[in-house]
Amino acid sequence: MQPPSAKGPSPAKAPSPAPTKAPSPASGVRPSRNVKGSKVAPAPEEEVEVKKAEKTEVKKQVEIVNGAPPERADGNWEPPQKELVVPPEQLKLTPEELKEEITKTLTANNPFAPHNIARFTYKERQFKFDPMVDQTMVHFSSDGWMLNKDSEEAGRQMELERQEADARAAFEAQAHKFAGGTDSELVDDNDVCAIKVVRCLTRHSMRARASRRAGRTTGGRQQSILQPQDADVLTSADIFSKVSNLPQAAFEARARKPAGGEDELVDDSMDLRNSFNFSERAAQTYNNPTRDRATATEPPHTNDFCGMATQWAIFDGYMEDQERQRLNKELRKNKGTAASFTDGARKSSVNVTVTPAFCFLQTRVFLPSISDCTQDNPSTLPPFPQNKGTGASFTDGPRKSMSGDGNAGTSGSGPPRKEETESVVHNKAMSKAVKVVERMVNQNSFDDIAQDFKYWEDASDAFRDGEGTCLPLWKFYTERAKRKHVTAIAWNPEFVDLFAVGYGSFDFVRQTSGLICCYSLKNPSHPEYTFTTESGVMCLDFHPQHSSLLAVGLYDGTVLVYDVRNKINRPIFASTVKTGKHTDPVWQVRWQEEDLSKSLNFFSVSSDGRVTLWTMSKSELQFHDVMELKLSGNVSDTDLEEDETALGSLAGGCSLDFNQHSEHLFIVGTEEGRIHKCSKAYHSQYLETYKGHSMAVYTVQWNPWHPKVFLSASADWTVKLWEHTNPKPVMSFDLNNGVSDVTWAPFSATTFAAVTSDGKVHVFDLNENKHEPMCEQKIVRKAKLTRVSFNPKHPILLVGDDRGCVTCLKLSPNLRKSIKPHASKEVTQEQVAKLDKIIEVALKGE
Amino acid sequence: MAATEVQQPLDREAFLKMAKYPLIKSSDMMEEMRNEAVEMVITAVEKYSNNYELAARLVKESMDKKFGGPWHCIVGEYYGFEVTHEVKNLLYVFAAGYLAIILWKG
Repeated sequence: MQPPSAKGPSPAKAPSPAPTKAPSPASGVRPSRNVKGSKVAPAPEEEVEVKKAEKTEVKKQVEIVNGAPPERADGNWEPPQKELVVPPEQLKLTPEELKEEITKTLTANNPFAPHNIARFTYKERQFKFDPMVDQTMVHFSSDGWMLNKDSEEAGRQMELERQEADARAAFEAQAHKFAGGTDSELVDDNDVCAIKVVRCLTRHSMRARASRRAGRTTGGRQQSILQPQDADVLTSADIFSKVSNLPQAAFEARARKPAGGEDELVDDSMDLRNSFNFSERAAQTYNNPTRDRATATEPPHTNDFCGMATQWAIFDGYMEDQERQRLNKELRKNKGTAASFTDGARKSSVNVTVTPAFCFLQTRVFLPSISDCTQDNPSTLPPFPQNKGTGASFTDGPRKSMSGDGNAGTSGSGPPRKEETESVVHNKAMSKAVKVVERMVNQNSFDDIAQDFKYWEDASDAFRDGEGTCLPLWKFYTERAKRKHVTAIAWNPEFVDLFAVGYGSFDFVRQTSGLICCYSLKNPSHPEYTFTTESGVMCLDFHPQHSSLLAVGLYDGTVLVYDVRNKINRPIFASTVKTGKHTDPVWQVRWQEEDLSKSLNFFSVSSDGRVTLWTMSKSELQFHDVMELKLSGNVSDTDLEEDETALGSLAGGCSLDFNQHSEHLFIVGTEEGRIHKCSKAYHSQYLETYKGHSMAVYTVQWNPWHPKVFLSASADWTVKLWEHTNPKPVMSFDLNNGVSDVTWAPFSATTFAAVTSDGKVHVFDLNENKHEPMCEQKIVRKAKLTRVSFNPKHPILLVGDDRGCVTCLKLSPNLRKSIKPHASKEVTQEQVAKLDKIIEVALKGE
Repeated sequence: MAATEVQQPLDREAFLKMAKYPLIKSSDMMEEMRNEAVEMVITAVEKYSNNYELAARLVKESMDKKFGGPWHCIVGEYYGFEVTHEVKNLLYVFAAGYLAIILWKG
């Protein structure tokens, strides 16, 4: 905007926003300086109204004043003529339009600033409009040159100016003095000199002022910069005053010096300003915050104790003690071995209130209880005095617990006592009690499973026909069986809750040591007995009458007989190389009825092609090879027979089973898939050879009811049902995976279960369904099932997998429809008839 | 009982002769600590047989040094007491046939 010149009629009407907008300038120290602009900062709500005056068409805004007024002819002065210059593009307006008043309002509202910001306040937990939105918009800002008169800074500046003026005045006075007393030439010279000095001084002060201005922003620094300047000014003035008093010639020389060194002086001041070329630098490292934490521990437990110490109490105490000692002595005389106990009683201090009579009472109470405990095992009962000794120490245990703080009282625990406390823990009575407690704890923790075992019946079975399920119950696993396969499961014929599990490995390249664990259903968490063998266990069999005898076949061909009652990790019999042990894994052992001489014997079959009868004599196992499994040349007579004779090669037996009805008859499954029917009477001659399987026959088993029917399971994915007079299988069931074991159910002639290497259990009831399993259930994930075995009494079966785990399964009602008491003849006939019918149908179908 | 004592003045000598050993009347200390405390009490009582205060101080100070914590000890022939003690830190023992010593921490 062009500043209007002060003349003419227009200025009053011309819009001049600047003065209104500018804040009222404080009376400046330096009024000569113009305020060029100022921050336009109205309050947000405040409105600044600028009324535009009526636009004047003519003589508006721009006036050009003629500089020199024209001389009139008559010589009289005329006021200068005003000529109005109108820009050519100026809008022409009619008088009406010009008259029109247009009001425009300039508000300070920022159009870009939002008006309705809503924010969530956590205090009131709701959204709230922001009452104030900053509307300030800065279009232009500039720092002013003015200082407030009252401010400290201005004070300093004024002081400086005053000093300057003083110096100047002093100098003037001096100059005048000189001018008065000397000749003009000299005065001139002096004048020049003095003026130079003054100029120098003023320059100094100017510089000081400038530096102060520069230092305004730096605050504290300013002072330090200023001081040398001030000092400089003062000294200069001082010098001057001194100079003025000097003789003239000297003054001349001296006065010139500063004048000549003017440039130097400038440099000096610059140096002073930055005489120490340094920069301050500071750094603050991170300080870890400190934190207080306080805690209060529980105060130690305290007890109250009160009493009365009197001479008679002391006397009584000693007398009582004497009496006790006397009684103990007597006691020792009577029962020499009870010494440790009485000794303990004598020294015991807490139980001083316990009268000797009571001590006797205690021994009398506890001794019989001990003999009660140990009476069950008369054979293992220790000799009498020893027993008394344990009795005494046993009484000590309860006494200890009776006397409150365990350690209290009983002081006399010498080394012999310690031994006895150990025997308390490890003696027979204790182990029995511990066993009972262990079972109770197990029963408690597996209570739901025990309930299922006893009472659970799958209700959904009523609504589906020909289908059933298996409910997993306990899992039997011990850490020692880790990475071992379950290779055999055998139920004990006498105790229906007891079974033995053999652990080994089916993997030829990764053989492990063997382990036999006897579990009870009553204690699923821990095996009752454990035996270890050097080589992997392959098969087990409990003797049907002498139920503690366990025959075991190992991978290295050894057969062992354990008596599980012994609990020693050593077999009572073992075959050696001398006594003709097998040279290959023993795949099956089977006890036989006692022979005429009442000696126990069992059969074993091994991959070395021998079926051997082992007889337990007094000191060793005597062997007798019942059968040599010759490779039958029936398939290709010509070739094989030559080989056979040349190598004497035998077929590897994998499994065998004896017919319960005709004792001499047994069947052997072999590695190459043949099944041979043999008789004990004929060495190396088969009564029949059954061809049907193309791979190793893992299991063969006679039907427990029917004298002619047996099952076989093979790696060729099939289970086949045979009738021993028929060389061809009667029925075949494809299970879509290698069948590792099959077994008849003890309660029905038509039910059997098979396990496959994909972790499934298949339960068939031929009476219900001749083609499909009643139940096909995956039991283990990522593991192969290796063995299956029915409990002889309960409707449960055990399946073992190749991870050392044995799972107990309960059959649902549909799977055990035909449970019959085993004994009666009618039932047997009925069962046999049932199976006969099925076979008949099957044969007809062929 | 005192009456009996008076009745049998000769017995008094015999009793004192008999009752030369410490008799632990009550203690809930661990065995090790108890043995040591009894030992200490006996030593102190024998050393200062005429000055129970010194005896008590000796017991108290040596117990403080050995096991730490504020121990209190009373040696006397005839007194009643009611104390609060930290568990497993109490010993009440008769000594020499006529002294009752109570020692506790609390």
